[in-house]
Parts: sequence; structure tokens; C-alpha cells
Amino acid sequence: MHEVSLIAELVNILEQSAREHGIVQVKKVRLVVGESYQALPEALATAFEVLTTDTLAAGAELEIGQVKVLFRCQECEREYGGSEWPVPCPACGSFRRTLVSGNELYLDYYEGETEADLSCE
Amino acid sequence: MRVIMGKGLLAANAGKARDNRLYLAQRNITAINLISSPGAGKTTLLEGTLTRLGGRLKTAVIEGDLYTALDAERLEDKAASVVQINTEGVCHLNAAMVERAMQGLEAVQTVDLLVIENVGNLVCPAGFDLGEDFKVVLLSVAEGSDKPAKYRESFAAAQAVVITKVDLLPYTDFDLPGVLQTIREINPDLPVMVTSVRTGEGMEAWCEFLGQAVAAKKAGRA
Repeated sequence: MHEVSLIAELVNILEQSAREHGIVQVKKVRLVVGESYQALPEALATAFEVLTTDTLAAGAELEIGQVKVLFRCQECEREYGGSEWPVPCPACGSFRRTLVSGNELYLDYYEGETEADLSCE
Repeated sequence: MRVIMGKGLLAANAGKARDNRLYLAQRNITAINLISSPGAGKTTLLEGTLTRLGGRLKTAVIEGDLYTALDAERLEDKAASVVQINTEGVCHLNAAMVERAMQGLEAVQTVDLLVIENVGNLVCPAGFDLGEDFKVVLLSVAEGSDKPAKYRESFAAAQAVVITKVDLLPYTDFDLPGVLQTIREINPDLPVMVTSVRTGEGMEAWCEFLGQAVAAKKAGRA
């Protein structure tokens, strides 16, 4: 459900940045989401479609890059994946670990056209 | 034209949360963010807690719900100040909502403890920093033993867990030792308090935990 809040924030950031760069139409957006956010790609896509209606990102393509959860063991430094966590460290069995990746959540880049781009076509 | 951003979607919320944290630190207030699924007993735990804390700590409450002021009404005569947030469909509180709510709390300047009761939801609130000192996750016996494994992000983000409604243990298949083990696997150092507001079991330990958190924050400032 929190996908809607996340996309609302994405649209805010997009609109502000696009205005600053003179972009009048956004064509493509790449979002990076770590698996620890438990955000469903389908729900993100639906929220994006709904919340961009009547904005300069209406109809834009949304690409979602998912990042797997990766831990580092605090006891033996071994790094291990965690799709089925909580799992103990495969090397030493400890449950003490630090999340190394999988908690990303950012707008990577977007592509769009300025007034000048559009008039050239 | 491609614009490279790298901008975090929660950056705006993180900024507001920082403001809230500073506001609370300046007033020496400990703030906790209570998270659980709907019906785990957040408001009931608060009723029992505020009654017990009465003479010891001065407390304000921010109640988060999708709709209605029913919870705020239940706590009105038990806390120094209570304010209700209605998110009207949004499934979690955010830092901006809490900032506005704090402005509506007359007594917030003078309290020791601010309890923020989040919207009943064990998924979404975990990702949104409100500016609290720490998150507390509630799990009721009636919900079943599988919840920590299923909602591990919330348990991983918490600094304390309160198991509620343990007076119901004899009537359920809730595996208390198994749940405690799973919680340790998710978050090895997490304190867990086993409580029942109805019988009073564990309530003193929970209140003591809160009292120590408040004392630690005040000592840190002194």
C-alpha cells in the first residue's frame, strides 16, 4: 500500500526537476528499489500510471531496477544473500549481520524533452 | 535529454524527521513510534500504560488512524495531551503529519514522553522515520506465531517488542518460545516484553523500560 506514497514523492521530485531543466514532457523514468522495502513492482507501476495523469510525466515509461538484499556477517565478515532471511551466516551460523544492500530507494534518472526538442521534430 | 538524479524518494520525509528529532531533543522529550497490525492492542496497551505511568511520567499521545477520533477519545483523560491524525486512506504516518500534530499538542513543551501510535499496519510504517527515538512493535497472541517471520522488516526496524494479550495463551496455539526464537534471529538484541493489560502481567516491566528510556535521554543531555 505504501507504493502510492513512494510514487507520490517520485512525481513531486520529477516535476520539480523537470521544471528546473525546462523539460516539458518526461518519456522514461528509472527507479531503483531495494527488496527490503517490500514494494511490489506491479503496484508501483499502477500508482505511477495513476499519479502521473495530467502531469508532464503522463504516459512515461517506468523502469524499475530491483536490488537484492545482501548482508555482511558481523562476526566473520562473510557476505551472503538473504531472499529467505532471517537466515544465519552460512559460514559461522551467527544471526548478527549488517544490511549491505537492498535498502535502496531512489530516482536513478529520467529522460524527457524540452520545448526546443519538441519543436525540432 | 537524460537527467541523472540519484535522489532518494524518502529524502523529503527524512528532512522532516530530522526537524522533529531536533524539536524533541531541544525539549528533552523521548518519543516512541508504536507499530502493529490492526487490533493488536496498541490503544489498550496505552490505556494501561498511561494509567500506570500517571504519577511517574508526563505523557502526550499522537493517535494515527485512517479515520475517526475513537482512539483519541479513549485516551483523552489519561494523557496530558492527545491529538488525533486522520490519514484518510494513507496506510502509515509520515514526519510531516507528526510535525503538524506536535504543533497541536498544547502540553508537548512539558512532557517527558511522546507516544506516537501509528496506523494499524505491520508493513508500511516501518519505512517511514517520524523523528522518534525508537520504534516499538506490538504482536498479539491472537495474531499467530508466524507474524515475526512474515513481517520481519518491522521487527528488524524495532528497538523493542511487546507481546500483548498473553492472558489468551491457553486458548490459542500461539508458540511463545518459538516466536521469541524467531525474533532473536531477526534482531538478536531486541528486548521483548510479554504482557497482558487485562491481568497486568509484564506491565511493570514495560513501564520500567519506558522510564529507563526517558531517564537515559535526559541524562544524555545533562
